[in-house]
Amino acid sequence: MTGCIAVVGAGQAGLQVALGLRALGYDGRVVLVGAEPELPYQRPPLSKGFLAGTVPVEELELRDASYLGEQRIELVLGRSVVEASVGDSGGELRLDDGTTLAFDGLALATGANARRLPVPGADLPGVLGLRSVADAERLRAGLADASDVVVVGGGFVGLEVAATARAQGKRVTVVEAADRLLARVAAAPFSAHVRAWHEAQGTTVLTGRTVAALAGSGRVGGVVLGDGHLLPADLVVAGVGAAPVTDLATALGLRVEHGIVTDPSGRTSHPRVVAVGDCTVQPHPHDPGRLLGVESVNNAVEQASAAAAVLLGLDPGPRGVPWFWSNQGELKLQLAGISDGHDTHVVRGDGQDGRLTVLYYRAGRLVAADVAGNPRDFNAVKDALARGCTIDPDAAVDTAVPLKTLVSAVREPASLA
Amino acid sequence: MPTIEFTCPDGSCRTVEARPGASVMETAVKLGVPGIVGECGGGLSCATCHVFVDVDQIDLTGRATDFEEEMLEDAVTPPTELSRLSCQVTMTDALDGLRVTIAKEQQ
Ligand SMILES: Cc1cc2nc3c(=O)[nH]c(=O)nc-3n(C[C@H](O)[C@H](O)[C@H](O)COP(=O)(O)OP(=O)(O)OC[C@H]3O[C@@H](n4cnc5c(N)ncnc54)[C@H](O)[C@@H]3O)c2cc1C
Ligand code: FES
Repeated sequence: MTGCIAVVGAGQAGLQVALGLRALGYDGRVVLVGAEPELPYQRPPLSKGFLAGTVPVEELELRDASYLGEQRIELVLGRSVVEASVGDSGGELRLDDGTTLAFDGLALATGANARRLPVPGADLPGVLGLRSVADAERLRAGLADASDVVVVGGGFVGLEVAATARAQGKRVTVVEAADRLLARVAAAPFSAHVRAWHEAQGTTVLTGRTVAALAGSGRVGGVVLGDGHLLPADLVVAGVGAAPVTDLATALGLRVEHGIVTDPSGRTSHPRVVAVGDCTVQPHPHDPGRLLGVESVNNAVEQASAAAAVLLGLDPGPRGVPWFWSNQGELKLQLAGISDGHDTHVVRGDGQDGRLTVLYYRAGRLVAADVAGNPRDFNAVKDALARGCTIDPDAAVDTAVPLKTLVSAVREPASLA
Repeated sequence: MPTIEFTCPDGSCRTVEARPGASVMETAVKLGVPGIVGECGGGLSCATCHVFVDVDQIDLTGRATDFEEEMLEDAVTPPTELSRLSCQVTMTDALDGLRVTIAKEQQ
């Protein structure tokens, strides 16, 4: 026994493992190694308040250095783990400065890397991705001088950036390859609601259009679409998703399929190693046999808290209802549950008053909801899912009826006996 | 620096210094004041930063906005007239000595 638990990756999930270990009474060394130079910080404001300039950098920090000191979390920042080995009784990490660290438990919290645009010209100056505070600083500086901003990708991060840029008076175009925004996560009526909001702000939304190349000499000057059309651009933001960081997991011989394969509590295929947050894929909650990556603060925090218990041989307890939020200017989106794998959905409201809710069902049972501008609906669904209840889909379409009055126990199919 | 006096769910009191411009939630979470979760980091989306402002100071902080009020309606601890989501209360020198009681249950 070395009396040391090592955590690789000092982001939202890695920090939570470290704090979780202390909260559960672990008294040994806790070493948190992070490649970025900053204290562990939150990413959500990077595309919102921080990008807009309303949230200062100090506000991103998740915990004060003094508190981390009190908790005896040893921070090794600005250092990457480049090699790892593990056996039955523990293992060792090697850092990029050549130092080694022996551990008896290991948490991988390596997050994900922003995907680059797979087209010619993607390395031109003025083409930026957004994952880290360093990226956000570059983007913020670029925005200050830009007139024509093209956001490639109509997912949450891309749309948040678009809203922020538009609020600064930039000409903004969102280019999305799918036939609607948020196509991977939301049903068509929700996509339409989000699109209408962005268009009302003056943002141009192009769907069903691909990017073939980025044009420019010395610096990006335009975006060439698949149909040959050229969009002028002096700043291009790639919001095309993120790829889990799995190289150490692969080197350790862990099971990796797109992300590091874990259970909901972060257990990997090795008993001394847990993995948490955006680097993982987990069992799909209602599509047996499939694995799912859940890139959210809620997942990072809950999976990490559970994994801390696993590392100490304690019962991690059940997970809560997965949830996510996205603030795009005044548009407030709240998602509860996992809608992936639904078979029907029901729309509540017409969006005219800024409120729209889509409820998702699988085999007749509520599994998730996407909610715009309506905390009451969001809370009702979260509560229903937490209690294993459902909401009558036919009654839910009447917006005059509060959703929480419709939460009811699930009627199991009558047994044949 | 303005100070905030927190009454924590276990009844203990803690006085901390806040950076002007920081929210009450942020100040508490960063320093590990027990009871405030703040999962959404101030995104006005989680209602896990519920506090009750001292009755003599509620006019200084102001009352909950409409969206905030709707979030508070279903907070784990039922809200009162003095309820705020502490991520929506920004510390200033004028709020020096702010006293808040953290809601007993946040999740
Ligand atoms: C712009 C943006 C906006 C977002 N908005 C929202 C939102 O509104 N709501 C929401 O719920 N979620 C949002 N998210 C998602 C959320 O931020 C992530 O799900 C969360 O940060 C995942 O935490 P993590 O610790 O798994 O990964 P990360 O936060 O990515 O941390 C991983 C860390 O590991 C480090 N690392 C990797 N490899 C090594 C190594 N070998 N050695 C040392 N260190 C290493 C990385 O440098 C990084 O610092 C957003 C994300 C982004 C990028
Ligand atoms: S921190 Fe989430 S609502 Fe205040």
